[in-house]
Amino acid sequence: MLKKNVLDPQGKVVQNTLQNLGMNNLKSIRQGKYFEIEMKDTNLEQAENKVNDMCKKLLANLIIEDYKINKI
Amino acid sequence: MNSSVIVFPGSNCDRDIAVALEKMQFKNQMVWHKETKLPKSDLIVIPGGFSYGDYLRSGAIAGKSLIINEVIKAANDGCLILGICNGFQILTETGLLKGALLRNKNLKFINRDVNIKIINNKTKFSNRYKKDQVLKINIAHNEGNYFTNSEHLKELKNDDLIAFKYCDEEGDINEVSNPNGSLENIAGILNTKKNILGMMPHPERMIDDLISNKDGVNLFSSLLN
Repeated sequence: MLKKNVLDPQGKVVQNTLQNLGMNNLKSIRQGKYFEIEMKDTNLEQAENKVNDMCKKLLANLIIEDYKINKI
Repeated sequence: MNSSVIVFPGSNCDRDIAVALEKMQFKNQMVWHKETKLPKSDLIVIPGGFSYGDYLRSGAIAGKSLIINEVIKAANDGCLILGICNGFQILTETGLLKGALLRNKNLKFINRDVNIKIINNKTKFSNRYKKDQVLKINIAHNEGNYFTNSEHLKELKNDDLIAFKYCDEEGDINEVSNPNGSLENIAGILNTKKNILGMMPHPERMIDDLISNKDGVNLFSSLLN
C-alpha cells in the first residue's frame, strides 16, 4: 500500500467513480497490490521471517509503500 | 572517454543513447544485464524504456539484476552514472539515488517536449550549461512524479543536488509548468557525491536539429569537459 502521506491518484479516481455510482457513504479509497505467497517451510515463524525479508528486499518499496503480512 | 550502456529486456532508448554517445566521440559498449563484469568505463548509462515490462514497479526488477551489483560497485568507486527515464527509476530502486518515481499525477502517459531549467551547472553533467538556462527537452513517461521525504528534500536543496526543474518557456517554475506532479518540479537529481545523475527528460533525443533540437548536446560535452 502507498503510505498515507503519498498521493494515490488511482485510488482517487476509483473513489470518484464509485461516488458517481451513488455510493455516497464512501470516506476514502487507497489502491494497493497483494501477493499470494506459498512457502515450503513448515515452521510458521521461519516462513514469516522469510516473507518479511521478501517484502523488504523486493515486493515493497519502503520509501513510498507500507506492507502487511496476513496468514491464510 | 569510455562509456557503457546497460541493456535490459524492455529497454528501448538504448540505441538512441548509443548513437548520441558515439556522435559525441565516446567509445561506447553495450552491456547485457546478465553480464557479471563491466568493461572499463568512465561513464555508465542506464537507458530509458520499460525494463521487464514495468512489472511490480517501474525499475524494480532491473534494480535487482546481476549487472546492477557491478554498477553499484563502480558508482561507489566514483564512476559517473547517468540514468535517464526508466534509468532514473532503476537508480532509485537500487538505492543509488534516494526517493521514488510515482505515477504521473494526471494518470496519463506524457510524451511531449517540456522546458527544464538548469538548477546546478557545477556538476560533471551540466558544466557546459549556464545556470538558470532553459532547455526544451522531450519527456515520455508514466511514472515521473518524483517523491522523497522532507529530510531528503532539505538535503537536496542544501547540498545543491537538484540538477533540473520543470519550468515554462520563461523559466518560471510553478504548478502549471509541472507536467507530472513532481515534488517542487524536480526533473533530475544528483547523489551526495555528485557522480550519479538521474533525470526523467531525454537528452539523447535532443542532439540534432534535423529531428528536434540540440539542447541535450551540452550534457554530453559537459561529461567530456
